Amino acid sequence: MAIRRAMSGRIMDRTAVVGARYMSSWWRSVQPAPKDPILGVTEAFLADQSPDKVNVGVGAYRDDNGKPVVLECVREAERRIAGNLNMEYLPMGGSVKMVEETLKLAYGENSELIKEKRIAAVQALSGTGACRLFADFQKRFCPDSQIYIPVPTWANHHNIWRDAQVPQKTYHYYHPESKGLDFAAMIDDIKNAPNGSFFLLHACAHNPTGVDPSEEQWREISHHIKAKGHFAFFDMAYQGFASGDPEKDAKAIRIFLEDDHHIGIAQSYAKNMGLYGQRIGCLSVLCEDEKQAVAVKSQLQQLARPMYSNPPVHGALIVSTILSDPDLKKQWLKEVKVMADRIIGMRTALRGNLEKLGSPLSWQHITNQIGMFCYSGLTPEQVDRLTNEFHIYMTRNGRISMAGVTTGNVEYLANAIHEVTK
Amino acid sequence: MRPEFASPSSSSSSSADRRLNALVRHLATASMVSQTAVAFSPTSGFHGDSVFSHVVRAPEDPILGVTVAYNKDPSPVKLNLGVGAYRTEEGKPLVLIVVRKAEQMLLNDKSRVKEYLPIVGIAEFNKLSAKLIFGADSPAIRENRVTTVQCLSGTGSLRVGAEFLARHYHQKTIYIPQPTWGNHPKVFTLAGLSVKTYRYYDPTTRGMNFQGLLEDLGSAPSGSIVLLHACAHNPTGVDPTLQQWEQIRQLMRSKALLPFFDSAYQGFASGNLDEDAQSIRMFVADGGECFVAQSYAKNMGLYGERVGALSVVCRAADVASKVESQLKLVIRPMFSNPPIHGASIVVTILKDSNMFNEWTIELKAMADRIISMRKQLFDALRARGTPGDWSHIIKQIGMFTFTGLNSKQVEFMTREYHIYMTSDGRISMAGLSSKTVPHLADAIHAAVTRMS
Repeated sequence: MAIRRAMSGRIMDRTAVVGARYMSSWWRSVQPAPKDPILGVTEAFLADQSPDKVNVGVGAYRDDNGKPVVLECVREAERRIAGNLNMEYLPMGGSVKMVEETLKLAYGENSELIKEKRIAAVQALSGTGACRLFADFQKRFCPDSQIYIPVPTWANHHNIWRDAQVPQKTYHYYHPESKGLDFAAMIDDIKNAPNGSFFLLHACAHNPTGVDPSEEQWREISHHIKAKGHFAFFDMAYQGFASGDPEKDAKAIRIFLEDDHHIGIAQSYAKNMGLYGQRIGCLSVLCEDEKQAVAVKSQLQQLARPMYSNPPVHGALIVSTILSDPDLKKQWLKEVKVMADRIIGMRTALRGNLEKLGSPLSWQHITNQIGMFCYSGLTPEQVDRLTNEFHIYMTRNGRISMAGVTTGNVEYLANAIHEVTK
Repeated sequence: MRPEFASPSSSSSSSADRRLNALVRHLATASMVSQTAVAFSPTSGFHGDSVFSHVVRAPEDPILGVTVAYNKDPSPVKLNLGVGAYRTEEGKPLVLIVVRKAEQMLLNDKSRVKEYLPIVGIAEFNKLSAKLIFGADSPAIRENRVTTVQCLSGTGSLRVGAEFLARHYHQKTIYIPQPTWGNHPKVFTLAGLSVKTYRYYDPTTRGMNFQGLLEDLGSAPSGSIVLLHACAHNPTGVDPTLQQWEQIRQLMRSKALLPFFDSAYQGFASGNLDEDAQSIRMFVADGGECFVAQSYAKNMGLYGERVGALSVVCRAADVASKVESQLKLVIRPMFSNPPIHGASIVVTILKDSNMFNEWTIELKAMADRIISMRKQLFDALRARGTPGDWSHIIKQIGMFTFTGLNSKQVEFMTREYHIYMTSDGRISMAGLSSKTVPHLADAIHAAVTRMS
């Protein structure tokens, strides 16, 4: 009875309201949605009053004082932009200049593919938007295809391909026993997937594990993906952030390009340029030739138009200002290296502290893993203890955002981890 | 051991060479991997076929395509009356002074960071936007029955709202006016709704087909969603009178039709923010539910910053809160969280009473200039004795005028007079100036007298 009431929404209430039939809400049956597992962590952290609290939850960079950073090159770019440019609509495909510079980062400064105009590329709403646009494109033009997603992965990947209505499967990736890559199982999954499947690959600094294939392993992965005619889609959210060198971090992509895959790439400036809230990124699809690239780009625009019409201009101006000025670009590369180096330093410090405390467990993986995240191996129960007893906030899968670790809190963090694991 | 090969970029790189190189590398590599021979399946992509080879080029967007054509034209007298972006008397884009001020304030505030916004955007932005459209004293706001989420301008707000409806509402059909903004049908279709139309514009009177509207909405299945342009209907510029709005409201409530307002021109139509929100406030005042997509693209000139908000007015506060949690699930896999820059400018302006006043003055100036262009065009056509009744030019409201010219006449005007406009006869009054009105009037006169 109650369900019928909620469904029909046509029950008349006795209370009269002038000029309208009073009815119950259409939305009575709407269930409260579960909190986002990642963003919910920061909400909880903010609500905590403890002076000792540590946020190693969301993957946003912090300096050694635990403060968010706006890069100097970004501040300079904004000074140049303010007051000087209008705010007219960008084309549906976004800023041409920004896209050009962005492709160079991924495909190579002097890439023949760019010169041959074989890459269909549009500005996208950071990494999320780029993945979503690709997923919608995949659904529309390869409606019978499915996407293989690594286990584990950034939780939102599942949401994105689900909302695009692309069926998803998973492939082995993380090896919990070694806290490294489950390479043999991954290759098996690639071989066993139906020909022409789509594979989602993290180009570098895998989120959440920090476990990346070696160069040799990437070559093998490329070989097997090629043999099966699979489509390789790279999510590259951390270029520059993993090793400190954007060229090095693009190695996996360059291997696939050498092997003549027609790949797709989602690029984001959220982390490596600290432009998180600007929502600035790029989706590119490598095509056979220029004609096809023109066609694919036009279709990507057709998907963007009914979603947001055209992308935001401010972040695009910041990126193109920086990347098209050699001095600003140099400065940016320096600042990226500083961020990456600090994180690498914190990995060393955290592992060192745990070993000094005489932890019975191996913490080698802290320095083996790369990028913003460390997959600690902590269980959800241990994570809960860290939060409840020590006011340390992280996602329950045991993922630690190293960017939230500082010289000021690394000892406290190590102590706490030792307490719950000894 | 790894055989040495010349790197592909140094070779003459025909695509056949590329593929050959790749093959050779794979054959060499194969010896290092498992012993089983790797079979290159027919669909292996070995021949370099893209899985997207079959993708054909999409047609140009009809509205944005007008500007593309305009840009190609070398004529010194060309006039762009296509896309609905405001232009000054000098034909230049305008960034409002108060917006520049806000921009500088943000720039100078060193404490500002660029962190991710919450999924629903800036809380203050959402509150202020709701106040702006519903009125500061709105009972719906006082009773916490409104959830507002920051989205990417009007388009983004419509899309998020429509996706929510497709998931949670029992009726999956939305009725849109005929005609409407060209992008509306695609937004709703991609969101998973099916689209029907209701009569709206009467070409013979160049006004409202009110009878047709009442009939079509009256025969819509109960609970259907109805898209309403809050003011300054795009593309016709024809709005219902207040009395007509009241009739529409009564009809819709009696049939439990769900209103989805698109408010892209608040303040731009009459020059007065509250006046332009009356249709929406009427619906909210009766205690019922509705969706509102708000855009700051035109009225604050923030076009490319993509600033907007989706509001859902619910019957109860707990319902609004549940709705908000579900809106987040729509947003997260679409773009995670909205862009910060434009919304920060809006907050800076709306929360400061002086800046707010400055804004209303600049807004009124834009609206007044457009109203003045309408008058000038009307007078110019009358002075030329152009056949026909052109009073609709001054009766219609907002950025656009539906001239009533047919596509042949439009084509003629483009060819002979370098006037660029959409083929449905819509002109953006914002693209006119006192200097260019005579040229347009000449063109219309010629089109009407020489082509029928």
